Amino acid sequence: MTTVSNSNNAHEGSIPVEPAVIDLPGHNIVLGEQVPLSLVSGQKLGPFTISYQTYGKLNADRSNAILVCHALTGDQFAAEVHPITGNVGWWNMVVGSELPIDTDRYYVICINVLGGCMGSAGPRDINPKTGKQFGLSFPLITITDIVAAQKLVIDYLGIEKLFCVTGGSMGAMQVLEWASKYPHRVSCAIPIAGAARHSAQNIAFHEVGRQAIMSDPDWRNGNYYENQELPNRGLSVARMAAHITYMSDSALHRKFGRELQDRTNVSYGFEADFQIESYLRHQGNSFVERFDANSYLYITRAMDYFDLAAEHDDVLANAFLNTDVKFCLISFTSDWLFPSSESRQIVHALNAVGASVSFVEVNTDSGHDAFLLNEPEFFSILSGFIAAAADQSNI
Amino acid sequence: MVTNNMSAEKIRDRVDLQLVADMIKSGSRVLDIGCGDGDLLNYLVHFKQVDGRGIELSQEGVNKSVSLGLAVVQGDAEDDLKNYPSDAFDYVILSQTLQSIYDVRGTLNELLRIGQHAIVSFPNLGYWRVRFDLLIHGRSPMSEKLPYKWCDSPNIRFFTLTDFVALAGEMGFVIHRIVSINHRGHATPKNSVGIWTNWLAEEAIYLLSRD
Repeated sequence: MTTVSNSNNAHEGSIPVEPAVIDLPGHNIVLGEQVPLSLVSGQKLGPFTISYQTYGKLNADRSNAILVCHALTGDQFAAEVHPITGNVGWWNMVVGSELPIDTDRYYVICINVLGGCMGSAGPRDINPKTGKQFGLSFPLITITDIVAAQKLVIDYLGIEKLFCVTGGSMGAMQVLEWASKYPHRVSCAIPIAGAARHSAQNIAFHEVGRQAIMSDPDWRNGNYYENQELPNRGLSVARMAAHITYMSDSALHRKFGRELQDRTNVSYGFEADFQIESYLRHQGNSFVERFDANSYLYITRAMDYFDLAAEHDDVLANAFLNTDVKFCLISFTSDWLFPSSESRQIVHALNAVGASVSFVEVNTDSGHDAFLLNEPEFFSILSGFIAAAADQSNI
Repeated sequence: MVTNNMSAEKIRDRVDLQLVADMIKSGSRVLDIGCGDGDLLNYLVHFKQVDGRGIELSQEGVNKSVSLGLAVVQGDAEDDLKNYPSDAFDYVILSQTLQSIYDVRGTLNELLRIGQHAIVSFPNLGYWRVRFDLLIHGRSPMSEKLPYKWCDSPNIRFFTLTDFVALAGEMGFVIHRIVSINHRGHATPKNSVGIWTNWLAEEAIYLLSRD
């Protein structure tokens, strides 16, 4: 495909992305056709595809939209049976009829992040200039780029102002980016179990995951798409290591303890003797069915580069000067990946600029994953805050 | 709205909160430290149209407040006030909390750094029943406003209306209003704290400013 025309100077040097063949439910739109998306890296992207899913109905004055931002390994299928795994949606206890994010009242949008592998442009897609899959020649993306692409979707949907933007973990980073970059497009922001910057510890864990992928001989510098063997061993180890960081010591003990898996004695070998080993192996094996190893590299990198204060002279408060956005931050006591202290720092920055902010630390032993689990206290705060804000906005 | 009426009723039941609310001008910026379930703040937001914020230590209190749509953060008066900019509020309220604060001077200074006015209420150790408990029975005083046994009490500061007036003077603060409340819940506005007021008041509310 050659799309060079002299009226299209904006596209000079822009990287077009052709979607790899996918057939998933939901919506796909092509963005960056007129004007390419300028990435933080300096590269330009477009045209490219973004995939998203919606639940509920947009009201007449387009004022009831809630953008749900997914985490590192999440996707747009927040509240339905996943088309690939057949599992329930990752936020099926939060998004739905009469749930905290009530689809009878709100129009919920969930967008697969740029760099992802569920339809949105990412390293698995085709570079039309070579006819081959990008692999590592896909441009590096950041949280800023991910949100800039989301904003194009919201523009396309004709939504002037999102009633609410929310999400956990990496989703929370996107929420903060939205509130900081596009404060006039957001009425309230709910970052859950998040941080305004990725900590050294978290970068370290990500690096372990990436090295696991890159040391898999099947990874082949990212050019594995045409091969029979995918770097599934590396990706699965990356997932196993990451999964430990999503739980807490006490939750692991509560769920698994030192229980043995399908045996009464240890094997005096290296089989999965313990239930926790078997559980992690299962997590790793099932993850590779739905996730692309290169996408994992790109998205973990986007998180690593996130540092909202750095763009504002290292003063986080400056990221939110004169903001009218109403914030509600939620953290979990046993979360050691995104500990409450990270949320508290954001609260202090928001207090410093006189922002309207609520903050709750939910008591739970479920660790970082608590935002995906059945946590009644968390649900009641979420629904209470959203419903009260909706009442005030006459939604 | 149901929530508004509920707040109004709860406020009417609490004489001290009603009196605090009466001190606050409509449309002002208010920080309620130790806001509990958010009853006062909710009342102020709905009936006095204030721009209200709250700080509360208990998770239960924060949850209830946030569910009412209030901007309340889980935190501690002694740790969290330093993050607020100077003059961020017209009124900073510290209801029935000063007696459990370690750094009293530091906290009072912070209240009047971030707020034009501070509204401070506390139980009076000079109340006659409290004095009699100690004098006649030789027991650590307990009253409706000081309900804890000495070993269970979160209160670490025991002071009287007169003590507070002296401290405010020493710190250079101006007291604009004093309302003393007796055991029947009758409130009397005062210009100063006389000997009898310090005997009869079970609790009191002060409106202060820097100058």
